[in-house]
Amino acid sequence: MTTAPATAATSTAVRKPATMAQALGRALRDAMAEDPSVHVLGEDVGTLGGVFRITDGLTQEFGENRCTDTPLAEAGILGTAVGMAMYGLRPVVEMQFDAFAYPAFEQLISHVSRMRNRTRGAMPMPITVRVPYGGGIGGVEHHSDSSEAYYMATPGLHVVAPATVADAYGLLRSAIASDDPVIFLEPKRLYWSKSDWSAEEPEPVEPIGRAVVRRRGTDATLISYGPSVQVCLEAAEAARPEGWDLEVLDLRSLVPFDDETVCASVRRTGRAVVVHESTGFGGPGGEIAARVTERCFHHLEAPVLRVAGFDIPYPPPMLERHHLPGVDRVLDAVARLQWEADWTGTGGAR
Amino acid sequence: MTVLEQPGSYHPVPPPSWRPRVDPAPLLPDEEPYRLLGTSAARTADPGLLQRLHAELVRGRRYNTQATALTRQGRLAVYPSSTGQEACQVAAALALEERDWLFPSYRDTLAAVARGIDPVQALTLLRGDWHTGYDPYAHRVAPLCTPLATQLPHAVGLAHAARLKGDDVVALAMVGDGGTSEGDFHEALNFAAVWQAPVVFLVQNNGFAISVPLAKQTAAPSLAHKAIGYGMPGRLVDGNDALAVHEVLDQAVRHARAGGGPTLVEAVTYRIEAHTNADDATRYRPESEVEEWRAHDPIALLERELRDQGLLDDATAEAAREAAERMAADLRARMNQDPALDPMDLFAHVYAEPTRQLREQAEQLRAELDAAGHEDEGEGRQ
Repeated sequence: MTTAPATAATSTAVRKPATMAQALGRALRDAMAEDPSVHVLGEDVGTLGGVFRITDGLTQEFGENRCTDTPLAEAGILGTAVGMAMYGLRPVVEMQFDAFAYPAFEQLISHVSRMRNRTRGAMPMPITVRVPYGGGIGGVEHHSDSSEAYYMATPGLHVVAPATVADAYGLLRSAIASDDPVIFLEPKRLYWSKSDWSAEEPEPVEPIGRAVVRRRGTDATLISYGPSVQVCLEAAEAARPEGWDLEVLDLRSLVPFDDETVCASVRRTGRAVVVHESTGFGGPGGEIAARVTERCFHHLEAPVLRVAGFDIPYPPPMLERHHLPGVDRVLDAVARLQWEADWTGTGGAR
Repeated sequence: MTVLEQPGSYHPVPPPSWRPRVDPAPLLPDEEPYRLLGTSAARTADPGLLQRLHAELVRGRRYNTQATALTRQGRLAVYPSSTGQEACQVAAALALEERDWLFPSYRDTLAAVARGIDPVQALTLLRGDWHTGYDPYAHRVAPLCTPLATQLPHAVGLAHAARLKGDDVVALAMVGDGGTSEGDFHEALNFAAVWQAPVVFLVQNNGFAISVPLAKQTAAPSLAHKAIGYGMPGRLVDGNDALAVHEVLDQAVRHARAGGGPTLVEAVTYRIEAHTNADDATRYRPESEVEEWRAHDPIALLERELRDQGLLDDATAEAAREAAERMAADLRARMNQDPALDPMDLFAHVYAEPTRQLREQAEQLRAELDAAGHEDEGEGRQ
C-alpha cells in the first residue's frame, strides 16, 4: 500500500474495516467474477440479497442465472446443485439457517458426500454449502443450532468455520475452489464483527485444513473454532491476572483436522480445553479430546477438558446466555487442569 | 352518496394479487393409458423402430432372467428384476439422443444396458465389487440410484445447467410408483416446472412398492395427474406397449428440447417378479393377478403387431432369441469370474486428495494386508 500524498489526502486511502458479512459477500463476488461456472442458489439470495445480505448485489451484477432465488425447498436446492455439479458447474448453496438445512441431509449424506467415491473419482462434487450457524443472536427456535457434529460424522465432506473476517474471505474462496464438497459454517453472531481486513484489498485465499495459533501462551491450550475463538481470546486475557498464560488455537477446519498444529501446541503447554457451542455429548470436543489424548498422552499434565453447550435442545433466546460457553465457564475449566500437585482426580469435565 | 352505498353496486372481486396462471385442461393426461399396438396408428409406425424395439425387448428379457439366475449362483448380491417392464426400460433408452442424460434407479439396470452400458458394469452395484461400475460420462448415464426419487432433482439440476450453458441436452429420470410419495419427487417436479428445465420424468407404475400396492401409496386419480399441480403436462401410457411408451417419451423429449419444459409420464406396467430375489411376492398378491399381466406381456404384444404387419417371421424371431442367448452366455461367463478387488481403493476416492487421517488409515490397512501375506488381494465372492 502506497503512502503517496495524493491518496493520503483522501479518506479512502485508509483501510476501511469490513464486517464478516461483507467479506463473505466479497468472496462470492470475486469467485463468480473469476470463474463463470460458479453459481449461487438458495432462498431469498437474489432480489433480497439473502436474509443476512451476504449475497447482496450478486443478482444485479451477474444476473438471475448466476445468483438464483429458488423455490423454498432445501433438499431440492441441494439436489439440483448435485445435478449442476454433474454438468461441470460449481454451485454455492445457501442454507438460510442451520436448522433449516436438515431437509437437505439425505442429498448431502447419500449423494454430495459420496458421489466422488461412488464413481471412483469420475464425478466430483465441487459444491459449497454455506450454513449460517450457531447461537447468540437472540434467535427463536430453529435459528441457532450448532450442527457441525452431524457434518463431521459424514466422510467425504470438508467442514470449515471461520472465526475472523479475513478467514471468512480466504476460506470461502478456498471452499468454492475446492473440488470436494465443503460445509461452510458461518458464525451468525460474528457477521457484523469488524477487523482491519479491508474489502478493498482482499487477501490471498487461505487453504482449508490448517489450524492457527491466535494467541501464544505457555500454560494451557484453548482449542476452539468459529464463534468460540473470540470467547477463548477473552478468557485468555481474563486469565492473565490469575497467573495463567493461555494459548488460543483456532481450528478453522474441523475436516480435515490439523492434528499436527493442535498436537504441537498441546505438547508445548501440556494442558488443553476444547471450547464449542455444540452439545458436549457426541459433539466435536469428544473427538478432539480423544485425538489429543491418543497423540500427546505423555505430554499431558491433566485430562483434556471440554467446555460445550449443555446436552439440551437449543434454548429459547431469553435463556441462551446460560447455555452458551462463556469466559467464566472456560476459566472454571482452566482452573480444573490439575495445577495443584495433590490433585485427587475428582474434577473433570462438565 | 358513495359507490358502496348505491344498492346493487357491490360485486365480488378476486384478491388483488390473484391472477389466472395456467389453464389445467391441456395438461390433463389421457383418460385411459395410451396405446398403439393393435390399433390402426401402429400400421404407420416406422418398421425399423418396431424391429429394433423387438430385438431390444427380447435381449432385455434374457438379461433379466440371466441376472436373476446369477443371484441364485451367488454371483449377484441382489437383483431387482425389471421382468415385465422391458418396454419402459428399452423405450427410455431409445427415446434419448447421444448427448442426453439418463437417470436410472436401482431397478433400471436394463435401461442403462439398452443405452450402451456394458452389462457387467451395469451390475457392479448389485455384485458388490463397487458402487458404480461405469463412468457416468461415457454414456451419460448417472449412477444407479438407490435412495428413492433422490436422483430426480439431480436430473433437473443437470438439465438446467446444460440449458444455462446453451447445450441442447435433455435429461430423462426414472422412478417407480412408490418413489412418487417421496419428498424429492415433489421438489424435483416443482423445480423443473419453475425453471422450465428440459426434463422428462418417467414413472414406471409397476403396481407395488415392495409389498405395498398403489392404493396405499396415493389417492390421486392417476400418478400422471400429479403433473397438473406443478403446471406441467401429464401423460398416461400403457407401459407394456413398447411403441406407445416410445412415442410418448419421444414427444416429451422433443417438447423439452424445444424449450417446452418438463413432462411427467406414467407408464402403467407390472412387476412380474418379486421386489428382489430376497422377497416373497406370494405374501401380498395372488398368482391370478400375475397371470393376468403375463397375458399382457410386452414382448407378446409387440410380436403380435410385428407378425400382423409381416415384419417378423420365425427366422427373425429365432435370430433375436439367439442374439439374446449370446449376450446371456457372455454375461454369465464374465460374471463367473471373480472381480478384481483392491482394498486400497477404499481410501482413494473419498476426497480429491486423501486427508492425512485417511492416509494413516490406508497405511494401517496396507500393513494388515502385508501381514496377512496378501491373502485378501484375491478375495471375491464364491
